[in-house]
Amino acid sequence: MNEINLTSDTISLDLLKNGDRAEFAKLVEAYSGQIYKLALRILENQRDAEDVLQETFLKAYRSIANFEGRSSLATWLYRIATNEALMIVRKRKPELSLEIEGQDDHEDAIVTPYHFTDWRFLPEKELQSSEAKQHMDQAVQRLPASLRAVFLLRDVEGLSVKETAEVLRISEGAVKTRLLRARLRLREDLSEYFGKALTENAG
Amino acid sequence: MMGHSNCHDLLTSLSDYIDGELDSALCMELEQHLKECKNCRIVVDTLKKTVELYQHEDESQTLPEDVRTRLFYRLNLRDFLK
Ligand SMILES: [Zn+2]
Repeated sequence: MNEINLTSDTISLDLLKNGDRAEFAKLVEAYSGQIYKLALRILENQRDAEDVLQETFLKAYRSIANFEGRSSLATWLYRIATNEALMIVRKRKPELSLEIEGQDDHEDAIVTPYHFTDWRFLPEKELQSSEAKQHMDQAVQRLPASLRAVFLLRDVEGLSVKETAEVLRISEGAVKTRLLRARLRLREDLSEYFGKALTENAG
Repeated sequence: MMGHSNCHDLLTSLSDYIDGELDSALCMELEQHLKECKNCRIVVDTLKKTVELYQHEDESQTLPEDVRTRLFYRLNLRDFLK
């Protein structure tokens, strides 16, 4: 999150708390891209992502006076945005809400590896092709929302384990457990996908 | 499945291991096992690669122009649209 911290240095929390609109515009300018991208990755729908984006900054504007500065502004905004996005996920699939609440954070739920193909040395153009990227996005969408949020915040957005825990208001232990499960599932998915490419290359 | 009984036990350490956060005793135990177990080696290597691919997937954070415009209007910030 280096570049985020750099931008936040130039934003004055005092001005924000006084309702300074120019300063708020700076905040929006600095973080709207990241917030939109995160929402888009969680929801995979541009309309919903735009709603989350707008709602996030409306809420931020209304509640900035109560912001205590215990976390960074970035973490605070991520938390508002992630909550908004997960609320939409819950509305879409109420049957998944249990999983979002994290009722199954034990090791039994870990996917046992069953793909043992070493596909790492496929040509970069195959690993980075638009088809591969599309497959990777779909693989993230197949994760349960609780795992998806942890994976996106930690591995894609680059938050630390501690920051991810603050955003989602779960323990650092829960972040680590979910991260492991998400990564293992994605590894299986990508191994199956790239494993096929490997076989085709050989044949 | 993986041949050793260790394989499954070590699975829970893999995330910390690839993040370089595994405590040294477990780290040694895991690395000893990796020397002997090809499948676990592949799992660790491809797990690392999986995370790397996602980390470098899309670095652009720019907001589409129309989304940005609507956002500034919604927030009553249109004076600040550049
Ligand atoms: Zn093994």
